[in-house]
Amino acid sequence: MKNAISALLLGTALALSAGSVAFAQTLDKTVKIGALSDQSGLYADLGGPGSTLAAQMAVEDSGLTAKGWKIDIISGDHLNKPDVGANIARQWFDVDKVDVIVDVPNSGVALAVSNVVKEKNGILLDSGAGSSDLTNAQCTPNTIHWSYDTYTLAHGTGTALAKAGGDSWFFLTADYAFGAALERDTTAAVQAAGGKVIGGVKHPLGTSDFSSFLLQAQASKAKIIGLANAGADTTTAIKQAAEFGITTGGQKLAALLLFITDVNSLGLNTAQGLNFTETFYWDMNDQTRAFGKRFQARMKNHNMPTMVHAGVYASLMHYFKALEALGGNPHDGAKVVAKMKEIPTDDPLFGKGSIEPNGRTIHPAYLFEVKKPSESKGPWDYYKLVATIPASEAFTPLDKSTCPLLKK
Amino acid sequence: MQALYAQLLVGLINGSFYALLSLGLAVIFGMLNIINFAHGALYMMGAFVAYFLLNLFNIGYWPALIIAPVVVGIFGMILERTMLKWLSGLDHLYGLLLTFGLALIIQGVFQNFFGSSGLPYSIPDELKGGTNLGFMYLPIYRGWVVVFSLAVCLLTWYLIERTRLGANLRAATENPTLVRAFGINVPRMITLTYGLGVGLAALAGVLSAPINQVRPLMGANVIIVVFAVVVIGGMGSIMGSIVTGFALGVIEGLTKYFYPEASNTVVFVLMVLVLLVKPTGLTGRAA
Repeated sequence: MKNAISALLLGTALALSAGSVAFAQTLDKTVKIGALSDQSGLYADLGGPGSTLAAQMAVEDSGLTAKGWKIDIISGDHLNKPDVGANIARQWFDVDKVDVIVDVPNSGVALAVSNVVKEKNGILLDSGAGSSDLTNAQCTPNTIHWSYDTYTLAHGTGTALAKAGGDSWFFLTADYAFGAALERDTTAAVQAAGGKVIGGVKHPLGTSDFSSFLLQAQASKAKIIGLANAGADTTTAIKQAAEFGITTGGQKLAALLLFITDVNSLGLNTAQGLNFTETFYWDMNDQTRAFGKRFQARMKNHNMPTMVHAGVYASLMHYFKALEALGGNPHDGAKVVAKMKEIPTDDPLFGKGSIEPNGRTIHPAYLFEVKKPSESKGPWDYYKLVATIPASEAFTPLDKSTCPLLKK
Repeated sequence: MQALYAQLLVGLINGSFYALLSLGLAVIFGMLNIINFAHGALYMMGAFVAYFLLNLFNIGYWPALIIAPVVVGIFGMILERTMLKWLSGLDHLYGLLLTFGLALIIQGVFQNFFGSSGLPYSIPDELKGGTNLGFMYLPIYRGWVVVFSLAVCLLTWYLIERTRLGANLRAATENPTLVRAFGINVPRMITLTYGLGVGLAALAGVLSAPINQVRPLMGANVIIVVFAVVVIGGMGSIMGSIVTGFALGVIEGLTKYFYPEASNTVVFVLMVLVLLVKPTGLTGRAA
């Protein structure tokens, strides 16, 4: 206890001294961006190198370099391990003087990094992680959550399917922070729509064989099998579900989080007919198409951007706007984030929106369905729009948010 | 109870992959004394070769079952001739480090070009669909995997333990100099054996391509478990690794039923227990 108190005092003292130093500094025009992601594992395609590219494109498109700004980007691999991610973040702030960290898929890592960012008064613009906790119980004045969260996915896909008659659910849940949050939020959405959850099973992250879990789901006789996982876990589960005749047996799969790279990997034959929620698709309008094609041309494996990549781009564009409004970089995370929350968001990828006081960026979300092979006109022509979920319904309403920042 | 039968069968299916892979490892370790950490990467290459055959040359699954192991086997033999050969007689650690490095390089190259989410490869038309066994729905393809890999395992065991060629091989590992005196080309034999072990890995890769996504990291996930299988079965023991492969698949399947969170650690708990009680593995002879 005594140690805790002295640590607290020390921390406060350090924070105060850091604050006063920042205050004494004049604004300069240098920015350092750290793209922290899973660069080599199961989430590398939805974030990873593509996020670094999106950050580069944001820097180029902002036109700040021509105005005398010096902006650097570095990238790091958190290996889906919270301790590794937190250590990289710590080193970036202490040694490399990074101002802002972007991407950070894997909610477990994101929550750990968010704490470090708050402690160091940096900025976290997270578009990779899903857990809605980032803007609820675990919110900080230094974190902004872009693109999507588990609430969006739950209320998009969960509510839509439950209302369409899918009133009994069985979950296959990735056994970590994201899976737990997604299952929790979806359960709430399903129950609110009059459905019930009759069971579930937790599987380890990065499972290569889902047959045991799928058999349990099959035996449960639930109408909907909810996949509360992401990336390679989701695609493997979908592929093997087809093999075990789950979909032909009358049960329906709900891929709660599906990225365009996943659909590409599955192929339309296997993926057709899946319903899911996303906030970005390259083929929405002229601006998204232009971005998608530029991105694809520069991407090593010629993938189209995911909503995570789009989020990295859009959040950085907004960050640069805030810096310009401040007239320079104060190197004070909380101050810049406050400015970002003041300015309404408006970017070519997500359209007009705003950032709530809890750090949640609000924009519309879309319920998509994967096209049949016969409907697709070419590579990456995968989605058809089923419904648009207005910004006000796509994210946790402020009066329901448990974020401590909202308590006055 | 029905669910339990189903899990046992599913375990057996996974076990057949473990058995095929650990068999290749055991052959290589038993005959060459190399701990082949590149096995997972070569397994992945097998799946990729099948994918390329289909998409570039329009060659389907059945020919791929033969072509892919041969192609990857030749690649393996080139590795053996150019690199592994120089390590014979040195401590195991050197072989382990070299093959581990090779695995990282191969995976890195594939990942650079194909990303991490993988490529689709569908089940051949003849093996599509499934039958209802009463207690579970068995996809025909999975049934085929069990039967086929069991046959390959037994064939390999027979080749090494019961034929003249196998006898020469085993003799060559015991005393290379003496065997050479009988006019047998020992280095060539060793190269071919490495090719055989690698080919088995590639075969497992082709078999798993329709079940899993064809992706650069598919081997990295499975290789650690397979090493545990080899350690439990006893390093270098052919029959031991086959039996342990199937048995561990079943045990893992049961864990997925009773306590799924532990399903990817149960193999290692067993490994620790076996090492504590019988360090040479269940069927291993003392070194």
